[in-house]
Amino acid sequence: MPDTAHETNDSHGNVDEGRRDFLYMATGAMGAVGAAAAVWPFIDSMNPAADTLALSSIEVSLAPIEEGQSVTFKWRGKPVFVRRRTAAEIAEARAVPMGDLIDPESDDDRVKDGKDEWLVLVGVCTHLGCIPLGQKAGDAKGEYGGWFCPCHGSHYDTSGRIRKGPAPLNLPVPPYEFLSDTQIKIG
Amino acid sequence: MSNPEFSNPIVKWVDYRLPIFSMMHHELHEYPTPKNLNYWWNFGSLAGIVLGIMIVSGIVLAMNYTAHVDYAFDSVERIMRDVNFGWLIRYIHMNGASFFFIVVYIHMFRGLYYGSYKAPREILWILGVVIMLLMMATAFMGYVLPWGQMSFWGATVITNLFSALPVIGEYIVTWLWGGFGVDNPTLNRFFSLHYLLPFAIAGVVILHLAALHQHGSNNPLGIDIKKKGDTIPFHPYYTIKDLFGLGVFLTIFVAVIAYAPNYMGHPDNYIPANSLVTPSHIVPEWYFLPFYAILRAVPDKLFGVLAMFAAIAVLFVLPWLDRSPIRSAKFRPVYFIFFWVFLANCVLLGYCGAMPADEPWVTISRLATAYYFLHFIVILPVLGLYERPVDLPLSISGGSPDEDAPAAQAAE
Repeated sequence: MPDTAHETNDSHGNVDEGRRDFLYMATGAMGAVGAAAAVWPFIDSMNPAADTLALSSIEVSLAPIEEGQSVTFKWRGKPVFVRRRTAAEIAEARAVPMGDLIDPESDDDRVKDGKDEWLVLVGVCTHLGCIPLGQKAGDAKGEYGGWFCPCHGSHYDTSGRIRKGPAPLNLPVPPYEFLSDTQIKIG
Repeated sequence: MSNPEFSNPIVKWVDYRLPIFSMMHHELHEYPTPKNLNYWWNFGSLAGIVLGIMIVSGIVLAMNYTAHVDYAFDSVERIMRDVNFGWLIRYIHMNGASFFFIVVYIHMFRGLYYGSYKAPREILWILGVVIMLLMMATAFMGYVLPWGQMSFWGATVITNLFSALPVIGEYIVTWLWGGFGVDNPTLNRFFSLHYLLPFAIAGVVILHLAALHQHGSNNPLGIDIKKKGDTIPFHPYYTIKDLFGLGVFLTIFVAVIAYAPNYMGHPDNYIPANSLVTPSHIVPEWYFLPFYAILRAVPDKLFGVLAMFAAIAVLFVLPWLDRSPIRSAKFRPVYFIFFWVFLANCVLLGYCGAMPADEPWVTISRLATAYYFLHFIVILPVLGLYERPVDLPLSISGGSPDEDAPAAQAAE
């Protein structure tokens, strides 16, 4: 093909194929971008709405919780476990070597400084979202004295860390702060 | 397509403009069907009829159902108690889902036994697997709508499957929920999709039928149609046989609705959903149990989820895993045995899925899961190479494949 054909669609009717290909590609690419942009609002509309996202927080009084007792609160539609641990439970959680953990995290990092007895967790199994047992006195607490998820058999220790079973991660610690010695704010 | 002569002038007038009568004549009357189809071939048309029953009963239920977390459970109870014949329509819909899976699973195992997925019917089979996947999604979302305990926790467990995906998993789950957990936005979108997907299924069914009519039905001998004497017209021979099968099916269906409407359900779903208490023993509906057992058999979360999806995905490539050119298990003495072992293994997996996640069920689930994949990945390809098939008959009618001699039929 002569070089002149690439330069212009001239008065003799020669077609510039390079130019035509470029226009095809550019138009197609713009169309694809436009289609993707048009689809996005529909996809994003399924994400949490503004009112759902509006950060909800709750205040919880710790005063009525006895040592060794666990209480469940509802936060963002999910249960939050608050356990006042016994000295033995704390010692047990601290004695575990990091190498034994599936998701290594020290007990220190999971409680507030100087508030070792208070363990606050989102009570949702990190496997498939069931609520682990272990909050009530008669519940199965699993092989590590913490929580046991009956759905697929995950065992959590007294720091809420995964020790055995299909769950990949420790029970998460929600954002919270102590307002006073007997009052915390979750969220 | 030949054009039949219609005597009715209105039919003639319409057919000239929209050849719907020609098409029906071609696909029902002229459509050559192997004359040796047994009753296992009833389940395709039966599945189509059950889809129709589900769509009709579902549309009526939707007129009285409220898709809101505060009202959903009560609106279903109102359907059961106050709406005229609401109890009947809901029990039809609820049990219809189970019967849909019974019919489709039989239909699929029939395909496995008689090699109906082999050339030239690969796309026909793949479309069938697509229909099964859509059915699973539809049934799962439908089960969430009454908003009982099993609805809520089933939805929680299944949506959480996607959190197993690395990096994007958590975003996908939040997107599926439309919130921080299964809640009102989730219920609303599930209702919307539950209403939509059956029509998507109907669309794929049309493609499934188009692919079927391209090469016609397989048959119990698994050999191709060789001559006109091998076939009979679909109408009236198989329409009447399908109707008889439908009568038997409806008898059983109605008996279950009347005498054991909750037999295949779970009593926990009559407890309103509670996001703070998980039932001590979560089980999905029975038709998901084999896949649920595979999910639980793998101790790793991500690989468990992948194994469960792979158990269905492997069906898509089945036509290329089974290397044997012989379709029907009748002429494959070794495959015959493995087919029944595979079927028994699927039932065993289903049983494991219903049991708690304790020993010995964990070990049995693992062995059964391994065998499930072994069947597809190892046994089928190896059988294709080493199995010695029994001699095939020359034609469906017996005798010479190229002539329509009446004597040939006596040879059967």
